[in-house]
Amino acid sequence: MDEVNVIGFVQAAIRMSTPILLAGLGGLFTSRVGIINFALEGIMVTGAFFGVFGSYISGSPWIGALFGMIGGMAAALILGFMSITVKVDQVVSGTGINILFLGLTSYLLNIVFDIGAKPSQVASFQDIPIPILSQIPFIGPILFNQNALVYIAMLLVPFCYYVIYKTSFGLTLRAVGEHPRAADSLGISVVKTRYIAIVISGLLGGLGGAFLSIAQLSVFMENMTAGRGYVAWASVTVGNWNPFGILGASLLFGLADALQLRLQAFGIGIPHQFFMMLPYILTMLVLAGVVGRTVGPSAMGKPYSSESK
Amino acid sequence: MNIKLGNSQIVIERKPPTKTMFSDLIGPLIALFLALLVSAAIIALSGVNPILAYTSMIDGAFGNFRSFAETVVKATPLLLAALGLTISYRTGLVSIGAEGQIVMGGLMATLAGIYFTMLPGFVLIPLVMLAGMLGGGLWGAIPGYLKAKLGVSEVINTIMLNYIAIFFVTYLLDIPLREPPGYFPQSAMIAKQAWLPIMVTGTRFHLGVLFAIIAILVVYFLLWRSPIGYQMRAVGLSQTTAHTSGINVKKNLVLAMGLSGAFAGLAGMVEVAAIHHRLVNSFSSGYGFDAMAVALLGKLHPAGVVIAALFFGALRVGANMMQRTAQVPASLVFVIQGLVILFVLMDALLRQYSIRIVKEDVVHG
Repeated sequence: MDEVNVIGFVQAAIRMSTPILLAGLGGLFTSRVGIINFALEGIMVTGAFFGVFGSYISGSPWIGALFGMIGGMAAALILGFMSITVKVDQVVSGTGINILFLGLTSYLLNIVFDIGAKPSQVASFQDIPIPILSQIPFIGPILFNQNALVYIAMLLVPFCYYVIYKTSFGLTLRAVGEHPRAADSLGISVVKTRYIAIVISGLLGGLGGAFLSIAQLSVFMENMTAGRGYVAWASVTVGNWNPFGILGASLLFGLADALQLRLQAFGIGIPHQFFMMLPYILTMLVLAGVVGRTVGPSAMGKPYSSESK
Repeated sequence: MNIKLGNSQIVIERKPPTKTMFSDLIGPLIALFLALLVSAAIIALSGVNPILAYTSMIDGAFGNFRSFAETVVKATPLLLAALGLTISYRTGLVSIGAEGQIVMGGLMATLAGIYFTMLPGFVLIPLVMLAGMLGGGLWGAIPGYLKAKLGVSEVINTIMLNYIAIFFVTYLLDIPLREPPGYFPQSAMIAKQAWLPIMVTGTRFHLGVLFAIIAILVVYFLLWRSPIGYQMRAVGLSQTTAHTSGINVKKNLVLAMGLSGAFAGLAGMVEVAAIHHRLVNSFSSGYGFDAMAVALLGKLHPAGVVIAALFFGALRVGANMMQRTAQVPASLVFVIQGLVILFVLMDALLRQYSIRIVKEDVVHG
């Protein structure tokens, strides 16, 4: 590959890692308060649908992104209700939410755009080269010639780090995830904090989904998340419950994704399906390698009720 | 909460949760009712009469003997995979991996059916079955082993293995296993004597249905009448307690995932040997995910799972009819399934409330 190809490839890898990064950051907030956000897949697919829907009715991808975020939040609130209020198994309720919204979005797709009709193209985010910075050789076109959502996602990484580690809100989040009883005795509302985290994860996960449909493409397709929500959830563990770690993990997935697309296009000897498998195999390997050496929030997956001991 | 209704009132109040045989049955029924109610609202919002949609669905699934047979045929892989999931869920393992295990089971069954053509049917069919169960079982044992050995969540790994299995089969059908003329991404046909025979002419009611019925009994006896099942359920209730009473927790985790996968693999084998007679892409069409809803709706008990599997089989068959006659997209089935899972989980919450209809004068008296 010559230089132009390398630049294009890395650019694509960053673009493809963005939805996983956004949803992964969303998953980080719920995992920090001790909720397994298994519903990220459903949250993303909802965001992807409403992203296209919002852009379709308004003609503006920004309105689309807003719709996607609200859609994602609605899906996340169901998880919040199931895990915080009803206090049931978070993985199973997450799976229920995923099946529900996978079905609901393709149902709505058929209703809004007619059964069997070709998916309509909607207004999508275009690349915005940043003046001067995009002129830097090599790095410029890779980092500073992307669409607006990529920039937002990149800025969210240090911002989330700041929120979680340097603010009192972040301390509250972490206290609820590590030791909900102690947090409760200090007057922190565990339920409220967990719901706030759920809302944040829905907004970010929804934006990640909308990225797929109105930034990477400009259509919605049935099941277009294709497991990225699960990968995003895995990236939280792989990234060691840290925004920068999640950035690294999502870049890894983005690279594998971009690589398999390249290979499919060029027809190099190795079958492209192997590269499609790669992110999933990598996740398993990394998890087998890191689990036991990293420790997540200790109240993970445990519903909290102030009545019980 | 009180709702006025003429001269009587509907009183909804909190009460201590009750648990009886009856409530085990009524819970899933209420969940089902609520799921269908919400779906009816969704159908109505899209401008179709929900009653018309549901009657066309029932007609499609049970209208005549042929459609009923089709419902049973669709229920068979769901039942087998859900029985497998019953084993892993009872052991406390949340497996999402039935889909990948079905795919690997189907792959192994196909390989056996393609390469052992010289064997007579009564040898080949058991061999193909064994291959399918082995494929699914080994694929299931991987996350079980990783859980037992390294403590890695079986949840993420089973999902990852679903995708790996699907891409692996796509690759095999793309190049090495592609049937000789090579126009379609599908394997060669398996040997004719390995096809599961049709038991009722004019339908697709095949021998695999019998396998599923036997599997119901096998899983029941395995879980509730055998020492292995006792140990697995003990691990499911509390790993610490099981460990202190001398049960090998790790062994049981791997075993439960392996057995769970073997039943899913059998489901894959049945799909290949009775329906497609060859390996095709997405031959499982999401049976593994539906099986989760089936297992949960069936309250993780073989008897409940049978009823739930028939219901979901009927949904699948009926949905096609619904799409044709009422123009309601068949993807509504997933909406119903997702809602069923959520409402079944809410069962415990709903059970805390009692609903009574009280005559006005009684309230005032």
